[in-house]
Amino acid sequence: MKKSLGAVAVAAVMALSLSACGGGSSSSAESAKGEINYWLWDANQLPAYQQCADDFAKANPDISVKITQRGWDDYWSTLTNGFVGGTAPDVFTNHLGRYGELAENKQLLAIDDAVKKDNIDLTQYNEGLADLWVGQDGKRYGLPKDWDTIGLFYNKAMLASAGVTEDQMKDLTWNPEDGGSYEKVIAHLTVDKNGKRGDEAGFDKNNVAVYGLGLNGGGDSSGQTEWSYLTNTTGWSHTDKNPWGTHYNYDDPKFQESMEWFAGLAQKGFMPKLETTVGAAMADTFAAGKSAINAHGSWMTGQYTGYKGIEVGIAPTPVGPEGKRASMFNGLADSIWAGTKKKDASIKWVEYLASADCQDVVASKAVVFPALKASSDKAAAAFAAKNVDVSAFTEHVRNKSTFLYPITDNTAKVKGIMEPAMDAVVSGKAPASSLTQANEQVNALFK
Amino acid sequence: MTTLAKNARSAPPQTGAPKPRGGYRRLGDLKIALFFIAPAMIGFIFFYVVPTIRGVYLSFTEYNILGDPTWVGMDNYTAIAKDPLFWNSLAVTGQYVFLNIVLQTALALGLALLMNKVAKSTLIRGALLLPWMMSNIIAALLWFWMLDYQIGVVNQFIEWAGLPRVAFFGSEEWAIPTQAVINTWRHMGYTALLIFAGMQAIPGHVYEVAKLDGASPFQTFRKITLPLLRPVLVMVLVVTVIGSFQVFDTVSVTTGGGPVNATRVIQYYIYQRAFTESDFGYGSAIAVILFLILALVAFIQMKFLKGNESDLD
Repeated sequence: MKKSLGAVAVAAVMALSLSACGGGSSSSAESAKGEINYWLWDANQLPAYQQCADDFAKANPDISVKITQRGWDDYWSTLTNGFVGGTAPDVFTNHLGRYGELAENKQLLAIDDAVKKDNIDLTQYNEGLADLWVGQDGKRYGLPKDWDTIGLFYNKAMLASAGVTEDQMKDLTWNPEDGGSYEKVIAHLTVDKNGKRGDEAGFDKNNVAVYGLGLNGGGDSSGQTEWSYLTNTTGWSHTDKNPWGTHYNYDDPKFQESMEWFAGLAQKGFMPKLETTVGAAMADTFAAGKSAINAHGSWMTGQYTGYKGIEVGIAPTPVGPEGKRASMFNGLADSIWAGTKKKDASIKWVEYLASADCQDVVASKAVVFPALKASSDKAAAAFAAKNVDVSAFTEHVRNKSTFLYPITDNTAKVKGIMEPAMDAVVSGKAPASSLTQANEQVNALFK
Repeated sequence: MTTLAKNARSAPPQTGAPKPRGGYRRLGDLKIALFFIAPAMIGFIFFYVVPTIRGVYLSFTEYNILGDPTWVGMDNYTAIAKDPLFWNSLAVTGQYVFLNIVLQTALALGLALLMNKVAKSTLIRGALLLPWMMSNIIAALLWFWMLDYQIGVVNQFIEWAGLPRVAFFGSEEWAIPTQAVINTWRHMGYTALLIFAGMQAIPGHVYEVAKLDGASPFQTFRKITLPLLRPVLVMVLVVTVIGSFQVFDTVSVTTGGGPVNATRVIQYYIYQRAFTESDFGYGSAIAVILFLILALVAFIQMKFLKGNESDLD
């Protein structure tokens, strides 16, 4: 039985591949109607986009949109398999760290002509977001849908009992030598099993009940939520230029000094050891009362403020040695697969996703910040209506204290090298100077 | 394969049967045989032979799956020889296989003895198989959460017992032993069942004779059960060792190769190079090396443990 199933499968695969070959050409009339497939990875955003799809189908009776949500872990490998097997979605949510390679391998449809023809005003998006999706070849591969920055989520009750005010949280400073007032607050919020605080004599760093700062992981190549909001206040940046840098800077002493300080937090007992963070998500341990402050992305706002019985505030990331705050600015976009048979319908859908009609719907759900400036404000208002103050995230955009997610070639390989290297440093197994060697490996990829 | 050959040898000679005439009869058999073999054969060719040959070909190329493969000769293999992560993955996998196989075989043998002598109720025998009926992923995630450092139930018990919490998945020392034990837990019931079936095949009269001669239970086990069980044990070992070398899903859903490189087992490293980093040529080359290692291990086991001979003859 089991074996003969194999034969059936072979026949089925053959039939599928034959039909795939047969359907190669389609007239332009056909490409503007029918069902298009759309993928995204964030389950929290699914309801908003489902409503966009329903509204879109109402306005365009010829077209229907089938949305599939796949978790981040499977998203990219399934997508790659789809490109090869001819089953990839017509339109999908794309990430800055990935699209360079996809564009280079000719899997993405350039949409310059459509943008020009339909007069899409690229200045209505938050500054810089639209330009991120222009590839190395000068062609546009997506329209921006949302953006995110980093902030400090804190447990209000823990701050109150430690006597740290929320105004203090807004004026935190940091430097790599002594950690500034940021480290002082973190130390003070750390409490050991006997109730001694991290800055008191007799603090037992091996038996900590509440950590001042939560830890998500080593941060691999980007450190998006882990350390980049600190390292990038020193004037350091990941690459020589962004986007499309060809040289990484993990060997910079400024960066290594910052990482040494960061790893030191765990050794002082103010932050969990890396080995203890493998498992439950950082947000969940925060909800379980194991940490007082968590640095995390704006897309997590709904989750942090949604925990029952815990009052959460959001503070901006600390001001660095150069007098400015810093936050990674990441944006997603919707891209079209080059192999789509529904090109015209897909373009329509992507333009709809990037329009105020859809982005206002997304804004109203208060999950993420839409890319359109006007819709961003509506999202902030929607958060405010839920009693969540998100100014910590929006102020980065307003004050232009953002830096871009590092966009280069070979991002997957860079991550493959930097992940274990950063883990070794953050866990204290290797000094930050060991990153120089990893950096050489990384830069060898670009030769 | 070996059992087939053995059965053919030990089958009673067909003294009374008429001698088949020439090649005609054989050809007739061939057609019917092919008919019956075909379903399995087609699956085998399409899902095993073709991918294997293609994999060997790809191991000599540079291939990112979206473009075309370009021939690079032995480049991948020379790069692998110098790749510290490859040697690390071999060492890590070896550690896993050793722990997993020793524990699993010892426990399964004990369970099989219990099933054979003590636990004769079908319910209890069935219950031993329960972990095996769970998907690998579910078993891994279940333990991942129970063993969590911060909020896992096991660490809560450990703390109540007055001992320090253990980072089962997070520390480099514990990550591999933890996963080896989880998979032992999942597989030992099934392995025990195979061994138990082998025990059932040992004729009862040898035990009666042993009893008459006054052998102690331990002597009976060492001198009768173990030797007569050898072909089954060898088969079980070959299958479990090969399965153990291919550990992937547990790592993939829990530690993902970390902490640092402590659980970057060979299958996970292949997956990482091929599917995550789009280096399918390099991944294929490691897969070919793993294939050769497994073939060698199976050969050595069959050869030195004499898996194709039974002491019952």
